[in-house]
Amino acid sequence: MSKFRKKKKGLPPVNTAALPDIVFMLLFFFMVTTTMRETDLKVENPVLPTATEVKKLEDKSLVSTIYVGKANDPKYGSGYNRIQLNDKIGTAEDVPAFILSRRDKISEDKHLRMTTSIKADKRANVGTITDIREQLREVNALKISYSAAKGAN
Amino acid sequence: MARRENPEINAGSMADIAFLLLIFFLVTTTMNVDSGVPKRLSEKPPEEFEPPIVKEKNIFEININRNNELLVEGEELKIGDLKAAAKKFIDNGGGEGKIVDATPTGPCAYCKGDKDPESSDHPNKAIITVTSDRLTEYGTYVKVQSELIGAYTDLRNNLSLQRYNISYTELEKQYKKIKDDKDQKSKADVLKIRYEDIKKAYPQIITDAEPTSD
Repeated sequence: MSKFRKKKKGLPPVNTAALPDIVFMLLFFFMVTTTMRETDLKVENPVLPTATEVKKLEDKSLVSTIYVGKANDPKYGSGYNRIQLNDKIGTAEDVPAFILSRRDKISEDKHLRMTTSIKADKRANVGTITDIREQLREVNALKISYSAAKGAN
Repeated sequence: MARRENPEINAGSMADIAFLLLIFFLVTTTMNVDSGVPKRLSEKPPEEFEPPIVKEKNIFEININRNNELLVEGEELKIGDLKAAAKKFIDNGGGEGKIVDATPTGPCAYCKGDKDPESSDHPNKAIITVTSDRLTEYGTYVKVQSELIGAYTDLRNNLSLQRYNISYTELEKQYKKIKDDKDQKSKADVLKIRYEDIKKAYPQIITDAEPTSD
């Protein structure tokens, strides 16, 4: 009977071998769902102006973003008024084409809900923004949003 | 003789490493919430469009020069005082409102302003125009826009609290949340009527004039 008496009593340790698997699963989930910005910036990441009355942009798929800021490439000069559409630096005259190409990808009934978000550096000039706005009016893209960070002055 | 077994690799700290990675990703991931000052552009006017004649007193004129200084109604003003000035102008209610669908809206009953005959007649007639120089800094321009929208929001909030005991911001939020929900259609309809009512009481009329430059 000595064979049986040898067995020690007490709780066996909890097997934690599966813990890393669980954690890795979480890790992969977060890594996969994290979306990176889809276009690379050709202008310096704009320093957004601050404003008190900001609203969140809903429905990301309906938002077209226009960046305005200082170009990374020195051949475009050092002003803060370069306009980036898709992946290229363009001029205000290219805005209608950009909007129309965005519209092509979206069903007709949602066109009115499309928003243009202008992400401009706060050191940009109003003239540039006015030019963009004029062009947006040409193609009837009337909903715009001046991208801004929430905060006091 | 005791057989030597391969010692098991201790995998206990594996979880720690994975957690460390997980937390690193959690912390560095910034959810890019895009937010901004919303604005609706006016439609392109037809070729031979003649702008309606608007009385001088119904226009609140803001000029921003290239040094980012503000000139409001001919006087210099700090950006921090703009909201109060705009509110005073919009809420003045010194006369008759404009004619909507062939029915005159009459004097503004809910306005709490000074009823100054030299200032705006009615919130639905009050127009704010912003003229900026082409070289004005965009940051200043956005701030001005935000202050003006803020003035409207404040007035709407006040009226909404008075009429429906709920702020306009909250009203809008609730309405937007359930407007597509079919189960709560009756509730959404009530909210819609209230929301539109407040919105109509203080319509947001902010225009951008052609920028100046030399």
